[in-house]
Amino acid sequence: MISWEYGVAFLILAPIIGGLVAGIDRRITARMQGRVGPPILQSFYDVGKLFEKERAFVRASQNFYILGYLVFIIFSGALFFAGGDLLLVIFALTLSHVFLVVGAYSVTSPYALIGAERELIQLMAVEPMIILVSVGFYLATGSFYVSDIFSSTQPMILLLPGIFLGFFYALTMKLRKSPFDIATSHHAHQEIVKGVTTEFSGSTLGMVEIAHWYEAVLLLGITWLFFAWNPVVAVGAVVLVYIAEIFIDNTNARVKWGFALQSIWVVTLVFSVANLAFFYIG
Amino acid sequence: MAYLKRSPWIIHYDGSSCNGCDIEVLACLTPLYDVERFGIINTGNPKHADIFVVTGSVNEQNRQVIRNIYDQMPEPKVVAALGICACSGGIFRECYNVDGGMDKVIPVDVYIPGCPVRPEQIIDGVVTALGVLEEKRAKMKEKKQ
Repeated sequence: MISWEYGVAFLILAPIIGGLVAGIDRRITARMQGRVGPPILQSFYDVGKLFEKERAFVRASQNFYILGYLVFIIFSGALFFAGGDLLLVIFALTLSHVFLVVGAYSVTSPYALIGAERELIQLMAVEPMIILVSVGFYLATGSFYVSDIFSSTQPMILLLPGIFLGFFYALTMKLRKSPFDIATSHHAHQEIVKGVTTEFSGSTLGMVEIAHWYEAVLLLGITWLFFAWNPVVAVGAVVLVYIAEIFIDNTNARVKWGFALQSIWVVTLVFSVANLAFFYIG
Repeated sequence: MAYLKRSPWIIHYDGSSCNGCDIEVLACLTPLYDVERFGIINTGNPKHADIFVVTGSVNEQNRQVIRNIYDQMPEPKVVAALGICACSGGIFRECYNVDGGMDKVIPVDVYIPGCPVRPEQIIDGVVTALGVLEEKRAKMKEKKQ
């Protein structure tokens, strides 16, 4: 059931795809703002540069925690693409973010502390939705295994439209896009210095970036599952979802953390619970 | 590979500038000049920055702050003094509360005079700074070996 060759493929290909997506993201963002924008490969230049810089850190332990962040993101992504248990994927993903939070807490900088607290709020906000996604897939297919969900011939999007809408809403926060980028933002010079990544520099910051590429590919993979019955539709849907996220990012100001948390929980409750209730009634 | 030249991140600090040069720095980020097409990003965090762009002159109040920002930046790093005040103190150099240009506190690599500096000059200065940055990186690598 679990085919590790896909997991290994994820390990190698995801940073390439994730980096390209990040580059295209910045380009589209620039075009939306009437600018030319950086080259498509800019994210690779950035990370390459970060690995050339001096390794400056407050505590040596912070580098270890960020390594843990990267390793667990890779593990959860590899497990997902190998067709493993969706619940385990989600818990490993959460654990990886806990490593990021602990890393930010360990440096005792006020900016990193606020960022860490906000990262925890993000986890709290998004976690119910992500778990309900897996519950929805289970009710639709009778299995938590990604391989079973992937090979299902039923169009998941028609069975789980509410869950998909809730997931799309939470995806804005997961991809660190406005209006929900409260912990740290892609855009420079914003949000309490740099939030959770304030005290990371050089190769450690590079690892945070690479982890984000892996995570973006994993999240787009989860989006794919909703359309997995038809690959052509799936590619179109994933592209459309990402462009919609860029559009939302560029047209919304950041909200306060309280509103972010409440609105995601309300959307989760209304859309996905209604969707799940439909399974029991219908 | 020299990725450093393709992705210079800037931290901008207003020492005691009249805000003229600072407005020109921000003008560089607008669609008209769009420095992001060279990979230049204006970060707010010295720990992420490669180029320290500093405006205004040095006085007793900002001496510590300038030093602090400079010390927090990881190597290799360059300093670009933006505007005549940052280069030499400008018209304020004779004032009793002004010490002079930025080179009184930190080593300055690129001087970009002007009152205020034009965005074209800023871009030209930053490109010059990239050359210095690359030299420093090469030196750093030699030291390591």
